[in-house]
Amino acid sequence: MSVRRLAAQEVQPASFAFTPENAEWAGRQIAKYPEGRQASAVIPLLWKAQEQSGGWVPEAAIRHIAGMLGMPYIRVLEVATFYTMFALEPVGEHFVQLCGTTPCMLRGAEALKKVCHDVIGPQKTVTADGKLSWLEVECLGACCNAPMVQIGYDYYEDLTPESFAALLDDLRAGRPVKPGPQNGRHASEPKDSVKTLTDPSLFDGSVVGSWRKRFEEEEAKAKADVSGQAATAAANPEPAKPEPTRAEAQKADSPAARVARGEQPTSGSARSDAGNAGSSEAATKPRGKTAATIDPVVSDDHKPTLMTAPKSGKGDDLGLIWGVGPKLVTMLNGMGIWHFDQIASWNEDNLRWVDQNLGAFRGRAVRDKWIDQAKKLATGWRPTSRVGDRFEG
Amino acid sequence: MLADRDRIFTNLYGLHSPGLKAAQMRGAWDGTKFLLEKGRDWVINEMKASGLRGRGGAGFPTGLKWSFMPKQSDGRPHYLVVNADESEPGTCKDREIMRHDPHLLIEGCLIASFAMGAHACYIYIRGEYVREREALQRAVDEAYEARLVGKDNVHGWPFDIYVHHGAGAYICGEETALLESLEGKKGMPRLKPPFPANMGLYGCPTTVNNVESIAVAGTILRRGAAWFAGIGRPNNVGTKLFCVSGHVNTPCNVEEEMGITFRELIDRHCGGIRGGWDNLLCVIPGGSSVPLVPAHEIADAYMDFDTLRGLKSGLGTAAVIVMDKSTDIVRAIARLSYFYKHESCGQCTPCREGTGWMWRVLTRMAEGRAHKREIDMLLDVTYQVEGHTICALGDAAAWPVQGLIRHFRHEIEKRIDEYAANPADAGVRDPEMMAAE
Repeated sequence: MSVRRLAAQEVQPASFAFTPENAEWAGRQIAKYPEGRQASAVIPLLWKAQEQSGGWVPEAAIRHIAGMLGMPYIRVLEVATFYTMFALEPVGEHFVQLCGTTPCMLRGAEALKKVCHDVIGPQKTVTADGKLSWLEVECLGACCNAPMVQIGYDYYEDLTPESFAALLDDLRAGRPVKPGPQNGRHASEPKDSVKTLTDPSLFDGSVVGSWRKRFEEEEAKAKADVSGQAATAAANPEPAKPEPTRAEAQKADSPAARVARGEQPTSGSARSDAGNAGSSEAATKPRGKTAATIDPVVSDDHKPTLMTAPKSGKGDDLGLIWGVGPKLVTMLNGMGIWHFDQIASWNEDNLRWVDQNLGAFRGRAVRDKWIDQAKKLATGWRPTSRVGDRFEG
Repeated sequence: MLADRDRIFTNLYGLHSPGLKAAQMRGAWDGTKFLLEKGRDWVINEMKASGLRGRGGAGFPTGLKWSFMPKQSDGRPHYLVVNADESEPGTCKDREIMRHDPHLLIEGCLIASFAMGAHACYIYIRGEYVREREALQRAVDEAYEARLVGKDNVHGWPFDIYVHHGAGAYICGEETALLESLEGKKGMPRLKPPFPANMGLYGCPTTVNNVESIAVAGTILRRGAAWFAGIGRPNNVGTKLFCVSGHVNTPCNVEEEMGITFRELIDRHCGGIRGGWDNLLCVIPGGSSVPLVPAHEIADAYMDFDTLRGLKSGLGTAAVIVMDKSTDIVRAIARLSYFYKHESCGQCTPCREGTGWMWRVLTRMAEGRAHKREIDMLLDVTYQVEGHTICALGDAAAWPVQGLIRHFRHEIEKRIDEYAANPADAGVRDPEMMAAE
């Protein structure tokens, strides 16, 4: 914190009012904020008042702004004394704010301070001709161009004691000066050795739209998926189901499953095929459905005998089959499957027909060997857990 | 080295025009409508997947922060506030974005506002950046003119953007102090909770983001989260603007990949350490608020959040302050302590009193006018300030001092010994600093 007080009464003007242009400008600022939040404009307005009063904020301006914004005087006074850019005492025509924080200090701000002492005098005093005054301030945020000063609204960067003294001289004499780096740099690039951002293709417009390829590819893929699903739906009257995830597809394609389906246990070509399926292939074939990896569609000839209601009004607890949860039980009951002995009587084709109609659970019936499990359960055997025992058979 | 085509801020040095036409040639505002049409959830998920961590110093994941905003408005408007109050000593990156690539920022504001259901955005720029504010306002006016933003814009998301400014208070870079300041009060941080995402500007849900975090959003969405996440090291991905200042041959701002080693950063872009690598004393790697790291630890360290935290420092804003062996390290840190004393808002006693106390003691130690037992006392005081204040300024004031004592205690002791041996020729070194108290 720093102690900041208003200037002595002798230098305070008796009254303050915005010029008509500034008053209009102030109105536009207030309009930036929502209804009833006009206090938000206090900093911009104090700033304008400072500009209009020759670089400092008189007490009359604080009162005037408090009136304009409907704020208590003390609230505006708090703001004016809290923010260090509001000068509360008269400053020189060219008010030098010298950054003295460590990054500038490392690059020679102390030498600049000495120049200020020599040319202007102690801090916060205005030279006799009213032209210059100076203040050491905290980091101005131009550290790559240290050491630097702010004079008025402009930054003067990459200074040396010599160039700074010359700059102050020019300002005092009213000669034109060039803001920005004083050593020939353009901005904050490495001086004389810019090695980046030299690729001309960044600037000739060739980057425009080049990123869309990614989205087009994704879109093409999505389209292929949709057409693939449509093909499945056409071949299969049942509602379309989500594509199996790769993990599911691989599990469904386990050697055991293949044997169960009466295929060769190895399927080298199919696996690599699935991995390499390019987008063109994906567009023509349903994704991932290369012939050997996915069961062929089982026709309704293999539909097992289904029941319309459970025998003697109550079905077996199908949830005891390992891998069958409440959702699957409902689904099976819906299809007309209620009893263990019903499942136990199926052949492999019946099982696969049921399997392909399990929606998101497709693959479970074959994978979890429901027939074998049901045979065991039909004998009256019961698992130790309600969800069933993992079936190892 | 990062390839030019992977750089986001292609006009970092202002060698090309910052105007709308030129910015569009460089890829800004390219297909923004297409991106917005992908939906709010897509934008947030893509930002999360990109692994972007906030560029304002704390490194909090940006996508996650956006997702904290209420999904449905309860009648209160939502606000995006962009923190352009760049005041951390050593940091000067947002300035370059605002004066040279302002359209990336404005486009990012639109995207972020869309993602969090905000129809108004305030950019709070520090008071000292007058020319930058004018440049940014010009760009905003251009965007309104081209109907890229505004109530009835081509993107179909009614959106107003306002440039607001401060008047020279470092503390307004703290998000809740910034909101206070934006409401027209003194910049004194608020207690959290409630967090700004629930109760921020004018009591409405608000997200405060750094300029760089917002300005990279458009490019990330265009080129994809995977592209951004593929640069850098795990958990520390993407590109980052580094501001290298201090004792290097060519201090500069540069956009590099996260996790570049310190040595490569300096040798490739900054012309090496002044006087060679053997002349390196220590480095403050992330702006004045993080502890310094001595030469042997930093030289081959990766410049990213996690590595630097491992060195008991931090990446902060990636403002790299390099000090060679000519540096009076005690005075350099004492000057930082003066900075924190000057910028403390005065709300919490440990910080208001502690910052001044630490500065006075350090100033004496820089001259050697102290007792050795005071070093431990000073360290103890830093721990009493740290974590006992509303905002992180107390921590920020304590850490540089802790870093100094951790690595350069011998230097302080040497001065005390020298002064004790020959007290007559020391005297008060900097009467002005003493008077400034």
